[in-house]
Amino acid sequence: MRNDLFLDKNEPVPIDRVDGKAKVTGTATYSAEYKVQNMAYGVLVGSTIAKGRIRTIDIKAAEKAPGVLAVITYENAAKLPGYQAGKDPAKPQATGQPLRIFYDNEIFYYDQPIALVIADTFERVLSAARLVKAQYEKVAHETDLETNLEKAKRPTGPRFEDYKRGESDAYKSAAVKIEQQYYHPIEVHNPMEPGSIIATWESDDKLTVYTKTQGVESTQRSIGDAFKMPPENITVNAEHVGGAFGMALRTWPYEIAAVIGAKKIKRPLKLVLHREQMFTNVGHRPETIQKIGLGATADGKLVGLLHEATAETSAYEEFTEATVNISRFLYACPNVTTRYKLVHLNICTPIWMRGPGEATGSFALESAMDELAHELKLDPLDFRIRNHADSDPEKNLPWSSKFVKECYQLGADRIGWKDRKLAPRSRPEGDWLVGYGMGTGAFGAFRSAATIKAELAPDGKLILQCSVNDMGPGTATMMTTVAAKEMGLPVNKIKVEMGNTTLPPGPTQGGSTVTSSVGAAVYDTCVALKEQIAVLASKEGSPFHTAEVHVIKPEDIEFSESGISLKKDSGVKVSYADLLKQNGLASLELTKESKGSQQPYSMYSFSVHFVKLRVHPATGRIKIDHVVSCADAGTIVSQKTAESQMMGGAVGGLGMALMEDMVVDHRFGRPINNNFADYHVPVNADIPAVDVLFVNKKDPFTNPMGSKGLGEIALVGVAPAVANAVFNATGKRIRSLPITLDKLIET
Amino acid sequence: MINFDYLRVTTPKAAVDAIVTNRNAQWIAGGTNLIDLMKKGVVEPQKLVDITNLPLKEIKKTSNKFSIGAMALNSDVADNELVQKEYPLLSLALKAGASQQLRNMATVGGNMMQRTRCPYFYNIDMPCNKRQPGSGCGALKGFNRMHAIFGASDKCIAVHPSDMCVALVTLDATVVVTGPKGERRIPFQDFHRLPGELPQKDNTLERGELITAVELPDQPFKKNVHYLKIRDRSSYAFALVSVAVAIDMQNGKMNQVRLGMGGVAHKPWRLKEAENFLTGKAPSEPVFREAAKLAMRGAKGYGHNNFKLKLGPNTIVEALIKATATS
Ligand SMILES: Cc1cc2nc3c(=O)[nH]c(=O)nc-3n(C[C@H](O)[C@H](O)[C@H](O)COP(=O)(O)OP(=O)(O)OC[C@H]3O[C@@H](n4cnc5c(N)ncnc54)[C@H](O)[C@@H]3O)c2cc1C
Repeated sequence: MRNDLFLDKNEPVPIDRVDGKAKVTGTATYSAEYKVQNMAYGVLVGSTIAKGRIRTIDIKAAEKAPGVLAVITYENAAKLPGYQAGKDPAKPQATGQPLRIFYDNEIFYYDQPIALVIADTFERVLSAARLVKAQYEKVAHETDLETNLEKAKRPTGPRFEDYKRGESDAYKSAAVKIEQQYYHPIEVHNPMEPGSIIATWESDDKLTVYTKTQGVESTQRSIGDAFKMPPENITVNAEHVGGAFGMALRTWPYEIAAVIGAKKIKRPLKLVLHREQMFTNVGHRPETIQKIGLGATADGKLVGLLHEATAETSAYEEFTEATVNISRFLYACPNVTTRYKLVHLNICTPIWMRGPGEATGSFALESAMDELAHELKLDPLDFRIRNHADSDPEKNLPWSSKFVKECYQLGADRIGWKDRKLAPRSRPEGDWLVGYGMGTGAFGAFRSAATIKAELAPDGKLILQCSVNDMGPGTATMMTTVAAKEMGLPVNKIKVEMGNTTLPPGPTQGGSTVTSSVGAAVYDTCVALKEQIAVLASKEGSPFHTAEVHVIKPEDIEFSESGISLKKDSGVKVSYADLLKQNGLASLELTKESKGSQQPYSMYSFSVHFVKLRVHPATGRIKIDHVVSCADAGTIVSQKTAESQMMGGAVGGLGMALMEDMVVDHRFGRPINNNFADYHVPVNADIPAVDVLFVNKKDPFTNPMGSKGLGEIALVGVAPAVANAVFNATGKRIRSLPITLDKLIET
Repeated sequence: MINFDYLRVTTPKAAVDAIVTNRNAQWIAGGTNLIDLMKKGVVEPQKLVDITNLPLKEIKKTSNKFSIGAMALNSDVADNELVQKEYPLLSLALKAGASQQLRNMATVGGNMMQRTRCPYFYNIDMPCNKRQPGSGCGALKGFNRMHAIFGASDKCIAVHPSDMCVALVTLDATVVVTGPKGERRIPFQDFHRLPGELPQKDNTLERGELITAVELPDQPFKKNVHYLKIRDRSSYAFALVSVAVAIDMQNGKMNQVRLGMGGVAHKPWRLKEAENFLTGKAPSEPVFREAAKLAMRGAKGYGHNNFKLKLGPNTIVEALIKATATS
């Protein structure tokens, strides 16, 4: 472990998002925007039933429509070798059989693609798609979690056995206890950029795609699996991604459909999902019903905790998330039981959504903590401090770092927590009731392998390459920041090339791991680069090589834009151009793989969110006054993008708390608000000042920079903070999200 | 969306002729509603007749009336100085609707003619008597959070979604239309209709009748006005319930009162009984509450929208308090 603190060398200078200008001026190119010669357009037609079989599908009229090049259905689609083998063309960590598009006539969910219509223009394909008509053999569908709870089953595998620490049901005999149920509806990711792909077969066994993905390599593997092609024959590009929130963590059937379609017409094919299809075909945060039993001693020490969750998954796959896991480690509690079950419904398989599992689980746990604090007549913050877990009670390991108490303090000071009244409904202001609430979030601080190729040119320009891409958090900016700092280079001398499978391997962007993985790899690469430079500087012929000094170490060198000098004696300077020339090199190139190692520590990022809001009891309106989000995410590597990331998470959390709810009409098995007019996310007017505070203390063990992820913790814990503030304001406990005004109206 | 022909006209007569001679033709103004309906396959006109170039954009005051051209943009009407001075309620209601971008495209005529936002109407695979008479009402026993509490029928419980129209009905506007049989004037109150047995008919226009203007009578409601819109987010959402208030205060008493409500019926809803009750009284919360009670007579919930039975009267009271606060 290196102990030269990356950030302590000199204060970080927050840099602007390096691709910001390209994005706001429209020159950043997203998947659907690439210009490919001779491109055709595809539209997917979805089933109008939620379960059954296609009896007949009439494509004649569509085929005859002007400009139509092909209409693909299960009856005429090429059978994919990967499908035949029953192999998973798009592996999530789920068991079951992923949806095989155009494989047979079986319908598992409403709007499941039944045909791909392809034409020479977008307008013509839209028109032709309306002409595809299917007849179905309907079977009774199930889309209602609540009425199917008795079918709930533990997911396959030992990971999903009940977790037990101490005695189960210990909470029941505690001096003070609560037992409550919490509801989370279906929430959809719906990034601004819809799912989109352009697929081009360069030859019979060579494919290039531009697609919306959070991991170009995982898409490459998935397509390779489906078509039984060596991955290296497939090039995947996704330099810019217009938001994803987890929705692009797997390769969806629509992407496979586009590749099938392009092969059939022997032309490049573009397929962009409609907004409606973004609700039905690319996953969602699953509807979940949770139960919490929580008991404490009269002086507020937790005695027992039960956390049960039942979530839905599709009829064909087991999608699981760590909904209940947060209850195992967030607080010191001797007796903990968690239980997790699934119900198969006729709906698309869910997919991880920002703070997957933890966001849902923390709503229940952190609401329950607030409820119990109320029963105990304790300040909820004080109650949490009394039950602070000084080490990980689940893994029985010390934390690599944990600064939650610091977050409590920072946030409480900023929001004005001292003005919060212990008794609910005791702060009226005119016709409104003011309340304060808080919630804690946590998410594993993971690191995976990443390889960086660096090239230092004679003019001091540094190019960094990695296949990782950026769905929005500012990956390129983070990489630039790390390298600028390490190499003493100005930001404009560094260029990041990313989002392409031809580049050195990098991780998928998910699980808040990229800064820890890729950032650390950039750091390690820079360290290695400096060592190489030191070797060159030590050579005979170098002006630093003197009679006395034969070995120059990297730490002796001052690295700057114009070249290198010695820290001790800045009089002698050598430019990179001269240094390279002296050694007969055109540039300095280096490729380095970097990864973490197993450590005897439990590693988590933590967040604490504070909300001040007001409720208008006559109409149920909620106005958020102030949000303060505090993060213990280790060293903050890129200040501005980290702040933006936290703000975005707070906004997402407010949406989850107050608005987001995909409503399904179970009579038809269909969503009825699958559009942006009816499915509400916050608008600017809903969002108050969001203050972001970082503890910014280095974690000694996560990676050489000491950073921990913050993409997920930005959102985890926001929703319970809102619900708890609503309770503090009104005395009404809302356990069912979203907290819409009808739940709060009083007469 | 299917292929369609496109024609641009420059005179009202040409606009009317183009529709009368082709059953499958439809006017398009700002297109902010029609294009969505076409994308969803709810309507499939074979010909679009673009009327945005008609010379019907003027907002003018003559000796005894105020006239707003049917093609005037929602944003232009809302920002018009004369409107803000003479009919501030109209400006407030317009600004509570949609988003700035939509208001920049949407026209007065289009706003009046916009269709309901009932999800069953929008999804062509679901039953809806308004879209497909006889197919049933999906909302009646379905998801009906947005739906009507007044004047619905078992054929349809949809609401008219406009904010502007709530102000216009409250201000006793008149609709001027021209059609194959010439020009006629329709009191705003009678323009939209209740669903009854014919939910497919939103209003009383005959086929081929073009809205050319909306007229407003001279009125004293310059100061004590308020438009209160309750919705699921702070902006860019349709009303769950909205209340339009216009009061003429004289010597501490409510000399004239106009009250309208949105988001509660198949048409913008006037609260005449409550108006009569309030007229001549001094403003006070108990009086407002009494009026709200009268206003809610006959209201009926259908499940998800039961909350409107509580929200409605509370919104009326709050709007009245706000309107009379500035005296
Ligand atoms: C996301 C979203 C949110 C919205 N939120 C709100 C809201 O909060 N409040 C609100 O009030 N509205 C809201 N709207 C609706 C908006 O106000 C209407 O779409 C707009 O007013 C329609 O006007 P237009 O000119 O675009 O009509 P178009 O879409 O062009 O036409 C609509 C209909 O009117 C007919 N028509 C147009 N002009 C005439 C005429 N002169 N004579 C006869 N028929 C005519 C057309 O044939 C067509 O059938 C929202 C819309 C959207 C898309």
